[in-house]
Amino acid sequence: MFLTISTRGDAAHPATDLGYLLHKHPGKAQKFSTSHGTAHVFYPEADEQRCTAALLLEIDTVALVRRGKGKGRGGAPDAALAQYVNDRPYAASSLLAVALSGVFSSALRGVCAARPELPQRARPLRVEVPALPARGGPGLVHRLFEPLGWQATAEPVPLDTEFPAWGDSRYVRLVLESERLTLAEALRHLYVLLPVLDDAKHYWVSSDEVDKLLRAGEGWLPGHPEQKLITSRYLSRRWSLTRQATERLELVRLAEADDSEVEEIDNAVAEETETEEKPTPLAVRRREAILAALRESGAARVLDLGCGQGQLVQELLKDTRFTEIVGLDVSARALTIAARRLKLDRMGERQASRVRLLQGSLAYTDKRLKGYDAAVLSEVIEHLDLPRLPALEYAVFGAARPRTVLVTTPNAEYNVRWETLPAGHVRHGDHRFEWTREEFRAWAARVAELHGYDVGFAPVGPDDPEVGPPTQMALFHRNDTGNDTEKEAKAA
Amino acid sequence: MTETQQEGRVLPVTDLSLVVLVGASGSGKSTFARRHFKPTEVISSDFCRGLVSDDENDQGATRDAFDVLHYIAGKRLAAGRRTVVDATSVQQDSRRQLIELAKKYDVLPVAIVLDVPEEVCAERNAARTDRADMPRRVIQRHIRELRRSLRHLEREGFRKVHVLRGTEQIDGATVVTEKRFNDLTHLTGPFDIIGDIHGCSAELQSLLGKLGYVDGVHPDGRTAVFVGDLVDRGPDSPGVLRRVMSMVGSGHALCVPGNHENKYGRYLKGRKVQHTHGLAETIAQMEGESEEFKAEVRRFLDGLVSHYVLDGGKLVVCHAGLPEKYHGRTSGRVRSHALYGDTTGETDEFGLPVRYPWAEDYRGRAAVVYGHTPVPQASWLNNTICLDTGAVFGGRLTALRWPERELVDVPAERVWYEPTRPLRAEAPGGLDGRPLDLADVYGRRAVETRHAGMVAVREENAAAALEVMSRFAIDPRLLPYLPPTMAPTATSRVDGYLEHPEEAFAQYARDGVERVVCEEKHMGSRAVALVCRDAEAAAKRFGVQGPTGSLYTRTGRPFFDDEQVTEEILARLRSAVTDAGLWDELATDWLLVDAELMPWSLKAAGLLRGQYAAVGAASGAVFPGALGALEAAAARGVDVGGLLERQRERAADAAAFTAAYRRYCWITDGLDGVHLAPFQLLAVQGRSLAALPHDEQLALIDRLVEHDGTRLLRTTRRLYVDTGDPESVRAGVDWWLEMTGRGGEGMVVKPVGAVVRSGSPRSSEAESGGGEGRLVQPGIKCRGREYLRIIYGPEYTRPDNLARLRQRFLNHKRSLALREYALGLEALDRLAEGEPLWRVHEAVFGVLALESEPVDPRL
Repeated sequence: MFLTISTRGDAAHPATDLGYLLHKHPGKAQKFSTSHGTAHVFYPEADEQRCTAALLLEIDTVALVRRGKGKGRGGAPDAALAQYVNDRPYAASSLLAVALSGVFSSALRGVCAARPELPQRARPLRVEVPALPARGGPGLVHRLFEPLGWQATAEPVPLDTEFPAWGDSRYVRLVLESERLTLAEALRHLYVLLPVLDDAKHYWVSSDEVDKLLRAGEGWLPGHPEQKLITSRYLSRRWSLTRQATERLELVRLAEADDSEVEEIDNAVAEETETEEKPTPLAVRRREAILAALRESGAARVLDLGCGQGQLVQELLKDTRFTEIVGLDVSARALTIAARRLKLDRMGERQASRVRLLQGSLAYTDKRLKGYDAAVLSEVIEHLDLPRLPALEYAVFGAARPRTVLVTTPNAEYNVRWETLPAGHVRHGDHRFEWTREEFRAWAARVAELHGYDVGFAPVGPDDPEVGPPTQMALFHRNDTGNDTEKEAKAA
Repeated sequence: MTETQQEGRVLPVTDLSLVVLVGASGSGKSTFARRHFKPTEVISSDFCRGLVSDDENDQGATRDAFDVLHYIAGKRLAAGRRTVVDATSVQQDSRRQLIELAKKYDVLPVAIVLDVPEEVCAERNAARTDRADMPRRVIQRHIRELRRSLRHLEREGFRKVHVLRGTEQIDGATVVTEKRFNDLTHLTGPFDIIGDIHGCSAELQSLLGKLGYVDGVHPDGRTAVFVGDLVDRGPDSPGVLRRVMSMVGSGHALCVPGNHENKYGRYLKGRKVQHTHGLAETIAQMEGESEEFKAEVRRFLDGLVSHYVLDGGKLVVCHAGLPEKYHGRTSGRVRSHALYGDTTGETDEFGLPVRYPWAEDYRGRAAVVYGHTPVPQASWLNNTICLDTGAVFGGRLTALRWPERELVDVPAERVWYEPTRPLRAEAPGGLDGRPLDLADVYGRRAVETRHAGMVAVREENAAAALEVMSRFAIDPRLLPYLPPTMAPTATSRVDGYLEHPEEAFAQYARDGVERVVCEEKHMGSRAVALVCRDAEAAAKRFGVQGPTGSLYTRTGRPFFDDEQVTEEILARLRSAVTDAGLWDELATDWLLVDAELMPWSLKAAGLLRGQYAAVGAASGAVFPGALGALEAAAARGVDVGGLLERQRERAADAAAFTAAYRRYCWITDGLDGVHLAPFQLLAVQGRSLAALPHDEQLALIDRLVEHDGTRLLRTTRRLYVDTGDPESVRAGVDWWLEMTGRGGEGMVVKPVGAVVRSGSPRSSEAESGGGEGRLVQPGIKCRGREYLRIIYGPEYTRPDNLARLRQRFLNHKRSLALREYALGLEALDRLAEGEPLWRVHEAVFGVLALESEPVDPRL
C-alpha cells in the first residue's frame, strides 16, 4: 500500500521543508518496522519547487493469517483477515493509517523541533492514494474531504478490465489538493478518514480507540457534517470483532465450502431494518396488531416462531396473561441477541420460567412445539423458498397444531408506496417472495382447508384504499376447538 | 410354589425383567444377588442411601435413596436391561412402586422371596459392625410383614414368584435366564409376511401359490408370517384358520394375533362380545365345524404372542404397528397396542376411532411390518409398511418378502364385504406427508455408517447445518447426497512447489493401492445433479410434484435461482442419458451425478468481485505509482536498497495472480458457455455406484458426453498410473506439469478401485469400520502451482513465504475427508436401499454439519 504527499515551494519557502516537517531526510530511503510489516519512506522528487514524500508499507500476509491461531485449524476469528488472498498489501486501509501515525508521529502532532514555526504554516499540499477502498464510493469521498478544505478527485478503479461487465471495484484513486491546510491537519484527516472509508469489519481495536479519535479529530471532527457517520464507522469495528469471534465461525466455514461470501449465508440478523416510517415504525404496528389478536384469542401459552431478535417476546413478557412464551429461531446468532435483549441471565426466576428461547427449524416437525394455544409467524414465511413452504405448513398446522396461528407477511402491492424502494424490488434482501393480498389469501385458504382451520384476515398499518396495508395478517383458528371448549366446560 | 425340600431349585427369570428380592434385613439378599446376577444388574437400597447421605444405614435418607434407586432402575429398564432390586421390599407399598416401574417400562416384574428364620437374620446382622446395634424388633417386624405378603404376591402383579425357604434352599437354588416369547431374533427366515386375510381363503391359496408354497410348505425353506386378522367378514374363516394353523403347527409359519382373532377367542371362551364387524359371519361359518376343531382354534388363539422380533432384531411383525419402545417388551399395554394400535381418542364421521399416525413418528432401526388399517397400496414409510390392502373389501391380498423387501400380491376375487368407510386415498404419510423431524438431525449425534462405524456430529456443527439446511437448501427429498471434502496431497519439498503429485502417488503406494487414475480437475463449482426420466418418475421415487430432478451446490443450495435454468440443464443431461441408452442399461428411472459446473465465475461471482478481482484491481492500481516513485527516487541517487527489485517482483506476482483467476472466468449468455463435467455416477434405482471402479465410471460418462448434442457436457481427461512403477509415476508427474503449466487447476488422484481399504488392518482407528483395514482416501488433490495463488495469495511462491506455508497440518483435514466420505457413501447406500427419507437425510445433514468443523480452509 502506498501514498504520496507533495508540496510546492519557492526560494523563501522551499518545498524540501517537507523533510523537516515529516522528520525524514529527503536524501535517504528509510524503513521502519510496524506491527504488520515494514514501512518505507523515500522521496521520488525533492527540490526547491517540488518535493514528494512516499510512504510504502510492505505487508506480510502470511503473518497476517497465521497471527495467533491454533495449528491448521482455521481458528482465526476474523474471516476476511484470515485470507491469504487479501487486498491489505495493496489497498490503503486502516493498516496504512496506523503506519502513518507511527512513522510520522511528530508531524501528526504538529511538532518540529528544528523549525518550530514550520508546522503552523499552511502550505500547498497534494496527497495521492492510488488504491483507496471507499465504501460509499466517490460521492462519500467528496462529502468527507471537501468540508475540510480539500479539493478531492476520486476516480473509480474498474474491477477487471477484461470483464467490463463486472463494473467498478470498491477502490478509488484519490487525489487531494489544498492550499490552506497544515501538514498536521492533512495527516490527521488521513489518519481518521482512511479507515472510515475502508470500513472493513475487521480490525484490531484497542480500548483507547475513542481517545485516539478525539485527539486526531480535534479541531475538525466536531463541526463536520458527516460527523455521525465518521464516528460510528470508526468505532463500529469494535463490537463486530467480538461478535464474529463467538458466533459466526461455523457459518463462515459453510460459506467458504460453497465459494460464497459469508454475508450471503450469515444474514439472519438484519443489519438494517426494512424501509420504515416514522414516528410509528411498521414493526411496532405489527407487534400491536399481533398482541391484540393474541389477547382476543385468549391464548396463554404462545409460540413466537421465527422470533428473530426477540422484540415480540419482549412485548409478550410484559403481559402476565401470557404464562408461557417460547421464542424459536433457526439462527443461533439471532437467539444470542434475543437473550441479550431480554437479559435472560439476570431475569428473576419467576419471570424466567415464563420464557424459553429455542433453536429450531420449521422445515422439520418438532415435538417441543405441540400443545400451545397460539403460534405467531411474523414476517417469517417470505424468508423461505416457495418449494419449502409445504414443510413449514405441515410442521406448524399439521404437527404442532396450536389453536390459533397468526401469520404476517408484506403486502407486495403496497411496495409502490415506499418512496425509497425501487420498483420491482422486495423490501429485504432475504425475502424470497412477497405476495399480493390475493396470493396471500389463496395460500392461507388452502392451508386452512387442508389442516382443519378457519381463517380470517386483518390489515396492519394504514389500509390504503388502492393497494391495501403495508403488512397483511392472517388469523387461523383450529376448527375443532369448539369441541374442546365444550368438553372442557363439561369436565368442569 | 412347592415347599418340597429338594436339592437345587431352578428359578426361571426372564431376560428382560425387574427382579424384586423380598426378605428381611440379614436374610442374605445381597449375597444371593451377587451369586446369581451380574454386579451391574443389582441396585441395592443401602448403596443408594450411601450415595445420597454418605451413610448406608441412614434411615432418614430412605426417601431420597429410593428416588435414586427408581431412577437408575428406570434408566436400565428403558435401555432394555434386566434389573435386580436389592431392598427388603417386605411392605406392599414399596413393592407396588416397583411393579408400577416395571409396567412403565413394559417389562415383567419377578419376585424372589428369601424366607429365613429370625435367628439367622439376627446372627448375620450382629456379625456386621454397621448393623450390630439394629434392634431385634426391626427384624421381627420385617418377617411378620413378609409372611403376611406371601399370599398376595401374584395378585399384586408379579408375573413370576419364587419363594425360597431356609438357608439350605437358598444356597442350593440356581437362576436360569429365559427368553421372552416374542424374542425370535435367532430366526433369520427368509420370511413371507402376509397381510390381513379376513376369511379370504381362495385369495390366500393363490397368494401362497404365487409365493411358491406347495401345500403350506416352501421348497426353499421360507417361513410365512401372518400379521393377524385371519377371520371375520370374509367367506371362509374356518378354511383360513385351518391352513394357517397347520402351517404354524408344522413349523412353516408364524402368526401374531389381530384384534379380530382376539375378539373371536374371547367369544370362544364364553365371554360376552358384540357380533359386529364381521364376527357374526365367522360364528356362522364355524357352526358346521367339529367341537374338536373349535377347541383346537381356541388353543391356537390362546397361545398367540402379541408380536415377534425377528432376524437379529431387524424385523418386527405385529398386527397394528408398534413404536420402537415397545419392541420385545411384555405388558398388557404392549399387547393391546400390538392388537389395536394407537388411537387419538377421537372418532371420525363414521364412528370409527381415529388412528394416531405412529408411523410418521417412527425412527426405529427395525422394520415394522403390520396390517390392521386398510390402505390402497402397501408402501414404506419410515421403515414401516402396512400390508393390509383390503382383500376382503375387494382390494388385494399382499405379502412382503423379507429380506428381499419385495411385494407380492393377488387381487381379491370380488368385494366380499362393504367397507364402513372408504379406503384412504393414500398410504399413511402420503406423498407430501413424509415429514422430517428435528430429532432426526439436531444436537449432538452419532450416525452409524457401514464403512466407518459411528461418525460423530457435534452440537454446534449441527446447529450451523440446521440454519443453512433450513434457510438455503433445496427440498430434502431432492437432496439425497452431499459431496465430501477432499484432502490435498502431503506438502511437497520440491523447490518452488507446495503441492506436487509425487507425494500423492507415494501415499497411495504406502496404502497398498497400485493402480490410480489421475483426473483433470475442472476449475468450476461442485454441482450434484439428480436427473429423473421424467416428472412422473420424480414424483414416484422422490415424491415431488413438478421438478424432474435437482442441481445443487456442495452445501445443498440450488445452483440456479431460476428453476427454468435448472430444468434446461436437466433436460440436456436427460437426453444424453437417453441417447446413450443408460436408463435401460442401468435399469433405472433416475440418476445421481457428481460433477463440476463451469465457469467458476458463474456461481462465485460475489466472491470474485468481493475478493479475487478486488485484489487484482487494488494491486493493478497501486504498483505503477509505487514503482514509478521508487524509480524516480533511485534516479535521484537515493539508495532504495532491494526495495525496488522486491516491488517489481511483487507486481509480477500480483499480475500472475490476476492471470490465474481470469482463466476460470468467462462470460456466459444463458447456457451458452456453461459446461458440466460429470466425473462420477453416484447412484441409480436400487444401487449405489460409489464402488464402481473409476475406469468403468469414466467409460459410462464418456458415452454421456458423446451423446450430448448441446455442448453442455465436458469430458474429464485422465491418465492411469501404476504407483509401483517409477516410469509410470514420472509420466503422471509430467502430465500434471504439462497441464498445470498451461494454467490448469491440477488433478485428483483416485484409486481405480474407488472404495478401497488399506492392506494393513488397524481396527482401533476411528476411521475403520469393517475388519478389512482402514478406508483409504477416495481421492487426493494436487493443485497447480499457479492455481494455488488463488488460495495462498499472489506472493506465496516467494521462498520465505513458501517455507512458512509448508508448515501446514493435514491430519484433521484427512480425517474429516474420510468421515464425510463415509457419510456420503452411507447416504447413497440408504438411498439405493429405499430407506426412509429421514435415514438418508440424517447422513446428508451429517456431511453438511461436518463441513462447519474448524479445518484450515485452504487445504
